[in-house]
Amino acid sequence: MKRFWAWAAFLAGLAYMVLPLIGMSEFSLKMRRGVYSLDAYASVLNDPKFQETFAFSVTMAIFTILFGVLLVVPTAYWVRLRLPRLRPYVEFITLLPLVIPAIVVVFGYIRLYNTSSWLPMTGSTLGTNILLMFGYSMLSLPYMYRAVDTGLRTLDVATLTEAAQSLGAGWGTILARVILPNVLVAVLSGAFLTFAIVIGEFTMAALLNRPAFGPYMQLLGANRAYEPAALAVIAFAITWACMGLIQLVTRLSKHTRVQN
Amino acid sequence: MTFLRIDHLEKSFGANRVVKDFNLDVAQGEFISLLGPSGCGKTTVLRMVAGFETPTSGAIHIEGADIVGQRPNQRNIGMVFQAYALFPNMTVAQNVGFGLKIAGAGRAKTDARVEEMLSTIGLEGYGGRYPFQLSGGQQQRVALARALAVRPRVLLLDEPLSALDAKIRTSLRAEIRQIQQRLGITTIFVTHDQEEALSISDRVVVMNGGIAEQVGTPFDVYNHPATAFVASFVGTLSILEGTVKSKAEGSVQIAGQTLTRLRLPDDAAGDDKVSLSLRPESLRLDRRKGDLDLAGKIIAADFLGSVIRIQFEYGGSRVSLDVFNDPTRPPPAVGGSLTVHVAPETILVMRR
Repeated sequence: MKRFWAWAAFLAGLAYMVLPLIGMSEFSLKMRRGVYSLDAYASVLNDPKFQETFAFSVTMAIFTILFGVLLVVPTAYWVRLRLPRLRPYVEFITLLPLVIPAIVVVFGYIRLYNTSSWLPMTGSTLGTNILLMFGYSMLSLPYMYRAVDTGLRTLDVATLTEAAQSLGAGWGTILARVILPNVLVAVLSGAFLTFAIVIGEFTMAALLNRPAFGPYMQLLGANRAYEPAALAVIAFAITWACMGLIQLVTRLSKHTRVQN
Repeated sequence: MTFLRIDHLEKSFGANRVVKDFNLDVAQGEFISLLGPSGCGKTTVLRMVAGFETPTSGAIHIEGADIVGQRPNQRNIGMVFQAYALFPNMTVAQNVGFGLKIAGAGRAKTDARVEEMLSTIGLEGYGGRYPFQLSGGQQQRVALARALAVRPRVLLLDEPLSALDAKIRTSLRAEIRQIQQRLGITTIFVTHDQEEALSISDRVVVMNGGIAEQVGTPFDVYNHPATAFVASFVGTLSILEGTVKSKAEGSVQIAGQTLTRLRLPDDAAGDDKVSLSLRPESLRLDRRKGDLDLAGKIIAADFLGSVIRIQFEYGGSRVSLDVFNDPTRPPPAVGGSLTVHVAPETILVMRR
């Protein structure tokens, strides 16, 4: 009997998650009257706006990840190595993006960096893009920092650093050749989460008026019937692909296959 | 000829002085052990030589040059850690070749040296493995090869055997000594295990409370301890308390008995309270000419395999005695009485 209820609860939960997805997917295939077709997908994928915004968001995601890695890995490493007492504070700072809404942050950015400020970043396309990248980095900070810090926890950072130093390595070499390769799986999982966040982000991109994928999804959703459903399925597939890649990379990483 | 000189080295962490006026001259190719209980400052001395800690004052010279101002990666000092510290993302060969790669040695030169080092530690053919695929003993040998590959001026070993099981510990200990002698590399070894220190070293530095209490050969440190701490820390020791009866006769009153012909401290006088230290191996069941006799009641007889350690009560203290195992003679019964014999010159007398 117990088993029955366990299964019932599981199936109810599954239905709650899966039914809307099935409904949406089914709807996305119904653009042509009376038959199932991929017309909605074709329409979305052929839309130059889709390609343009998706390419923009992917580029932004790549830069955000690079900046995030350069910022977070050395910071988390240094905090673990030399400033362990600061860890609670650094963790608190990295968690702030979860409690401060993006809209608050972006209004702050616009106030601070508008064209009449001392650093008029919104005055040029490049400046605005850089500002957007900083915003994205901040949004992904909780995930990136946590992932890297967890990765570092599995290492004896202090002893590995000293071993490398005694063999003649400087800080750059230690970070690039010893620390980063050993937290690569953690960095990648942080990177894929960052990718998913950047692809779906709406508020910052919309308010900074950049042609990103999030605002495009919103625009399409407001004006079309079948295409938004197709777009949602595509976005969903991208997210799942990211998750799959995290798993794949974790498994392919040779030296972590068996942990001692 | 002094190769490594440590001069009036001091280290404080806040108000806590962990190393106090530490001095040591090490000759080239010498194997020195720093021996002491945990917290005695031995690892701190080692870390200052490596460059991971900065001395509060004092100097460290290698070949006449002060290295205190140099960063760890400029010192060319190899180090082996208790926790192995192999780089998990690199194969054995990459680990061993790491220092050479940093130094900019060419591919061919690095590969040749890695092969040479792997054969030195007896792990030929293991180059392609990752650290997690090796046992603890193998990992530590790789760590040793990695430290030696760059031909360091000095090799530092920070309790490298502590994480290994007893059998591996003994064999690797012998192997380390053999490699060290073959390469003639100046080595400082930190350990809290006295057997390890005595068996492997040219000289032992016994440390306590940040101070080097005695520096000497293992034979000297064991047989002629300079302080009460050294006497009690190195080897097993039974300590009896007595009173000097006559300086001239070298006699001490203890448990209603007078022991004579003892070597008393120079400054000892009549009625001084002294402690008598006895090594378990200096006590015997058979009597020889000139021996003193100590009679007591057996309180324990532990069978340790090749040796039986008997403990008996004498003068209110517990005295240990080691006898070789004899298959025809089982250990004596607890509670029985026992008379043991000791040559007076083997008893170490110190003022209390």
